[in-house]
Amino acid sequence: MDGIFGIPAPLLFGQLLLGLINGAFYAMLSLGLAVIFGLLNIVNMAHGALFMMGAFVAWMLLTWFGLGYWWALVLVPIIVGAFGVLLEKLFISRLYKLDHLYGLLLTFGLALVIEGLFRNQFGSSGLPYRIPPALSGSWDLDFMFLPIYRAWVVIFALVACLATWLVIEKTRLGAYLRAATENAPLVQAFGVNVPRMVTLTYGAGVGLAALGGVLAAPIYSVNPQMGSNLIIVVFAVVVIGGMGSILGAVLTGFALGVVEGLTKVFYPEASATVIFVIMVIVLLARPAGLFGRA
Amino acid sequence: MSDTAITAGALPAPKAETGAWGFSRAQFGALAVMVAFLAVAPFVLYPVFLMKLLCFALFALAFNLLIGYVGLLSFGHAAYFGMGGYVAGHMAKAVGLSPELAILCGAAAAGVLGAAFGWVAIRRQGIYFAMITLALAQMVYFFCVQAPFTGGEDGIQAIPRGSLLGVVPLDRDMPMYWFVAGIFLAGFLLIHRVVHSPFGQVLKAIRENEPRTISLGYKTDDYKLIAFILSAAIAGVAGATKSLVFGIATLTDVHWSMSGEVVLMTLVGGLGTVFGPVVGAAVIVTMQNYLAELGAWVTVIQGVIFVACVLAFRRGIVGELGNLLRVKL
Repeated sequence: MDGIFGIPAPLLFGQLLLGLINGAFYAMLSLGLAVIFGLLNIVNMAHGALFMMGAFVAWMLLTWFGLGYWWALVLVPIIVGAFGVLLEKLFISRLYKLDHLYGLLLTFGLALVIEGLFRNQFGSSGLPYRIPPALSGSWDLDFMFLPIYRAWVVIFALVACLATWLVIEKTRLGAYLRAATENAPLVQAFGVNVPRMVTLTYGAGVGLAALGGVLAAPIYSVNPQMGSNLIIVVFAVVVIGGMGSILGAVLTGFALGVVEGLTKVFYPEASATVIFVIMVIVLLARPAGLFGRA
Repeated sequence: MSDTAITAGALPAPKAETGAWGFSRAQFGALAVMVAFLAVAPFVLYPVFLMKLLCFALFALAFNLLIGYVGLLSFGHAAYFGMGGYVAGHMAKAVGLSPELAILCGAAAAGVLGAAFGWVAIRRQGIYFAMITLALAQMVYFFCVQAPFTGGEDGIQAIPRGSLLGVVPLDRDMPMYWFVAGIFLAGFLLIHRVVHSPFGQVLKAIRENEPRTISLGYKTDDYKLIAFILSAAIAGVAGATKSLVFGIATLTDVHWSMSGEVVLMTLVGGLGTVFGPVVGAAVIVTMQNYLAELGAWVTVIQGVIFVACVLAFRRGIVGELGNLLRVKL
């Protein structure tokens, strides 16, 4: 094979796959951010730290309790989600009557605490997490080798995002959630326990971030900085997509991951900044974001 | 404004008391204390530590100009601080400019960057503004990792302090201290003058109620952009001065954690207060100095201070003090 545009096909498809994987994490994190923002009106700056915590809890389950990847996939979102519920109850719930910026500052402080504690405990060099045996190895697709685990991450993330969308758009619980996002006092007047729903929504958003952390653990080394490096890009993704639409957040996440992957092939110097450049262009052309409401 | 506003530190000031340059009597007193401290401190404390403190205080003052008086939370001010440092360092080392010109170049570079980023960022308000400025600053960080003149991971090292106006050598710490103290005081007075000018009144009107300010016929975007450029340029001066003091400009100064630190300093001192950023910078820099050997615990402690300030201590040190004494500091 000659390749495409003079680029060897394995390189092109390899980067495309890497882009899709990054896009999967962008999508899961920006989805959680959008849901939390919709109901709580705060930007969860701790989202990256909680993603990192998901990866670490998976590592702890394996190393300390011998519970492997499949257990982690179920337990970690619950454990970290419960931690999120605790954070909301103890700290965030005290700020709803204040300017939204205080929520941002508070969660930034929480992120610093979480990240610092993990750095103290585990150092910053990173810990390995093995790919589970059932998902190791790779398929030979003729034009490239496809590592099974990477395909699994993309598909699993896609399913998780679609499941979240289904819950929000098609179930009664989701209807309550959407109604409360539009007008919380009115929903409360109808007898729905809005404060509890707010707490659980934060827990669910955090659980989604932690699930992303579990998926990421075998790909990246598990280290305390893995969240903060990712979350700033996710903020740019959120600005590009706008926080108005769930599917919009998912689509923007995956698309930007792919764009980033392709930039690595065609113009590697710009791969770290391409998403920020796209953000600037979108802000100039459509300030509310691609899927946002002005 | 009630306690819900981000600038809860600001108390309504009795109009009649504001005298020359917008300083009230209490503020004049505080200013006198600060100037006296600046004059005495280098004979008591280590001058390099004081210079670091003053650079960060100026940085926090520049940040406070936006958050305290326009209500804009910029979460990417490290970009202007760091870029000012890089440009000044490059000009002093590779081009051989004298320190005052190098700092002016750093300020100009930061101002141009601020103009470009501000023009993009003011299209959105509130938390979006914070996220956009953070993302743009991260772009600058990656640029600084790759650009040839910044020296990548090594940074620019061995930047000469040179001679002020080509006459006064600044290699020794005491002359350098007076130079830095002069820059700090000039920046402090400039910001105070701007905030208490008719221009500054419009900025505060934007903070309180932007739609109403627009309806009164002000082009609020222009005002916000000018305030942003001014803030970025002063942050650039602070970064440029710091790089000359230490002879080094590195990636630390453009990293997002630096943006977080300046937010913390201003929050601890008191958002929207005149002296808050200075006090906050003093507290945080002193803390970092004494706790340096604790390593990552410093991050944890900073996070805890963030949380404590937001939950229980929103006026900051100076805001609480002013509330206690019933004056606006």
